[in-house]
Amino acid sequence: MSAGPAEGGRPPDTARLAISDLKISLGHREVVSITDLRLDHAEIVGLAGESGSGKSMTTLAILGLAHTIGASVTGSIMLDGRELTGLTPQALREIRGRRIAAIFQSPSTAFSPVHRVGTVMTKALRLHGSARSEAADRAAQAMRQVMLSPDLMRRYPSQLSGGQLQRVAIALALALRAEVLLADEPTSALDVTVQAEVLDLLRDLRDSDGMSVLFISHDIAVVAELCDRVAVMRQGLIVEQGPASRVLSSPANLYTAELLESVPKLPSRG
Amino acid sequence: MIQSPLAPPQAAVPRGQVLRRGLLANPLLLVGGGLVLLIVLAAIFAPLLAPLPGDAGAATHPFTVLQPPSAAHLFGTDQVGRDILSRAIYGTRVSPVIAAVVLVIACAIGVPLGVAAGYFGGWLDELIMRVTDVFLAFPPLLLALALAAVLPASLTSVTIAIAATWWPWYTRLIRGQAASVAGRPHVEACQVLGVSRSRIIFRHILPNSITPLLVQVPLDVGGVILTASALSFLGLGAQDPIPDWGLMTAEGQSYFTPDWWLVVFPGLAILLTAFAFNLLGDGLRDLLDPRRSFR
Amino acid sequence: MLAFVARRILLAILVIAGVIVVTFAVAHVVPGDPAATWAGPHATAAQIAQARTFLGLNRPLPVQLVSYLGGIAAGNLGTSIHTHRPVLSDIATAAPATLELVVTALVLAIAVGVPLGLASARRPGRPADQVIRAGSILGASMPIFWMALILQLIFSQRLHLLPAAGQYSPGLLFTHPLLKRTGSPLIDALIAGNWPMLGSALTHLILPVIVVAAFPAGLIARLVRAQVLDTIGDTHILNARALGFGERQIFGRFAMKQAWVPVSAAVALLFGYSLVNTFLVESIFDWPGLGSYAAASITTLDTPAILGVTLFVAIAYVLANLAVDIAQAAIDPRIRLR
Repeated sequence: MSAGPAEGGRPPDTARLAISDLKISLGHREVVSITDLRLDHAEIVGLAGESGSGKSMTTLAILGLAHTIGASVTGSIMLDGRELTGLTPQALREIRGRRIAAIFQSPSTAFSPVHRVGTVMTKALRLHGSARSEAADRAAQAMRQVMLSPDLMRRYPSQLSGGQLQRVAIALALALRAEVLLADEPTSALDVTVQAEVLDLLRDLRDSDGMSVLFISHDIAVVAELCDRVAVMRQGLIVEQGPASRVLSSPANLYTAELLESVPKLPSRG
Repeated sequence: MIQSPLAPPQAAVPRGQVLRRGLLANPLLLVGGGLVLLIVLAAIFAPLLAPLPGDAGAATHPFTVLQPPSAAHLFGTDQVGRDILSRAIYGTRVSPVIAAVVLVIACAIGVPLGVAAGYFGGWLDELIMRVTDVFLAFPPLLLALALAAVLPASLTSVTIAIAATWWPWYTRLIRGQAASVAGRPHVEACQVLGVSRSRIIFRHILPNSITPLLVQVPLDVGGVILTASALSFLGLGAQDPIPDWGLMTAEGQSYFTPDWWLVVFPGLAILLTAFAFNLLGDGLRDLLDPRRSFR
Repeated sequence: MLAFVARRILLAILVIAGVIVVTFAVAHVVPGDPAATWAGPHATAAQIAQARTFLGLNRPLPVQLVSYLGGIAAGNLGTSIHTHRPVLSDIATAAPATLELVVTALVLAIAVGVPLGLASARRPGRPADQVIRAGSILGASMPIFWMALILQLIFSQRLHLLPAAGQYSPGLLFTHPLLKRTGSPLIDALIAGNWPMLGSALTHLILPVIVVAAFPAGLIARLVRAQVLDTIGDTHILNARALGFGERQIFGRFAMKQAWVPVSAAVALLFGYSLVNTFLVESIFDWPGLGSYAAASITTLDTPAILGVTLFVAIAYVLANLAVDIAQAAIDPRIRLR
């Protein structure tokens, strides 16, 4: 059994998502090099850093979609002990959405504008093996779980607010029963009150569903508030990693300290 | 705004280099431009290039009628014995010129109306746009055809007919641009400062509104050439002995299919000319329209 | 949605009114004296004056316009000088053949253009893409009447593969008589189960349809390519990929659905464009449709017929655009809300 989220101990074998020696290159230039990054069962790990530090590219690499921006990937990404790099495109497609889900920054453009959000949800569920009626039921159930009425599934993205759309995206991850959620700046485009709701939702996912969440953000304050462990990224390298309470109160790295300086006030961690 | 990870990193490149690279990387522009240049040269030097310049007009050679292509007549001879190659070469003086005149007239009507509609707005805008809408409600070519059909058949009629139906496109194009330019801060500033209207229009609105035309007009040349040939083919345009390619094709139809050369070569000339201008137009659009980078 | 449809229909009616006015104006641009033309070259001055009164040309223009509008509302498009029949009845006889041709051509253009456009978009810049693009520009540069003649030359005269003209082999009428019901030999043969006639109708359709479909196919391919490439960079595509959808579904379902909006607009435009193109092509293939009728009317200077056909085609075009506008709003909800 892995050590609890509050501590730094992490026996390598039981980590849900284990990234080691990951190198992402654009052409000849190496833009990301991660020696070690892990996600355990039921924990929220924050990946903090400025824009351009390579955080989003890491998300793409985990999903096996780095090639869509012309990047190449070497290293190891293990999901429950299974190596993801080098898998066939078909195998990767089975994992995407179903085992590893992702939500991105701009919820208003997350869904196809000419499809009802419910259609996309049921299509995705059926893609991963659900029967038609089962898909509709699971989607509706997930919508309730994120405190949205299933009636909203009939709406087009233009008819839903940013906060609602982000919750729909989370609902989709729930409906697909994903184990890992990669959340790339999910609250940056939302206003503060809505942001709080989404963060609450992420905590619920961790607590009730045991989801592992990789929370990527440039906003160190939000990371501090939400995450169990934090990894700080700078120019493609992880400069510091550890339990949130430790990293944020007594940063070992100068850059981390600088990042923290830029925040007016930090919430205290219990 | 956080830089999207999806956009590949863009290195800053000096503008001259971008332009040069754009020109070289754009085969359409080069090939199209080259072909157009050849056509223009052919038009200018037609008397020198054509083996029998006299055949471009009202000549008759009763003893060499309907000859298939040979060394003496590379494209064969037509129903009155004229050398088709010579007539084809002289045709470069007909179609492109019609296109030029048509487009100049269309701009001369379309631009002022578009600027007026876009700048003044209000009822003038409504009026002009409703009229434009009605013209644009006709399928392309139809109105030109109807006009050309009721006017006496001649190149002038065809030119007038096409120009009269082409200007609405430009009015609509310019109006949108003019309206957006008129709303820009520096124009409002001019108005507040009391700069005279005509000065605003001629110095600010007009130069900035015609930019879409720089792309559209070259693209349209091919279209006008095809339209004019079509009208001439129907007998509404050039009359004998003018070496209009559309007319030549129509005349040759009676002797088709045994005497195929009367139809094949003039039509080929239309095709190559339209193709050249379309390539050029497409290449220019790729170069000038910043949104397109589908390399 | 209903409000949208109502607004669009109202707009269409206004536009049609404008179209009628413009056509009327064109009719009166005719130089020379229509009464003299009508009365004939040997008419006396008195007869011409009588003709003028008979034709109602001595009334003030606005009155003539109103009477013209009224006539059209009643379905009267004038009488053909050449055939001496009401223009509308001539059009009704000729229209089915043209519709058969144009509709088949557009269906073919979509069936060919969309996959080609998608293929281009999936591998932009590669040789296949360049070839399709060049082909499309070539299609846009080809004089359609010339293409018709050339295809006729090659496939009919030289290779003897396809028939040169007509809608079907006239000889077959004796051995396999065809009951004319819909005006389209293709549909009539299909309904009647008259297979030899169906085969003949199909082979006769091939050349004309290819000629009419060439430019539309090229345009649709380029449009699809541009639209799909435009959409493919959108975030929702990334999301779709992250959900596990494969490339074919990404292009075919998500990107393409948005592309149908501009493609359907293009189809309306191409419908009108192709209708007019038939004027150039039908007489070459002896296709008994509106095109041949219009071309013949031009040759005989049959002004009422020319204007009647112009009006008919223009109104058909407005209605086609209306239909597409409504279809677009059904596909893309953002349009309804505008």
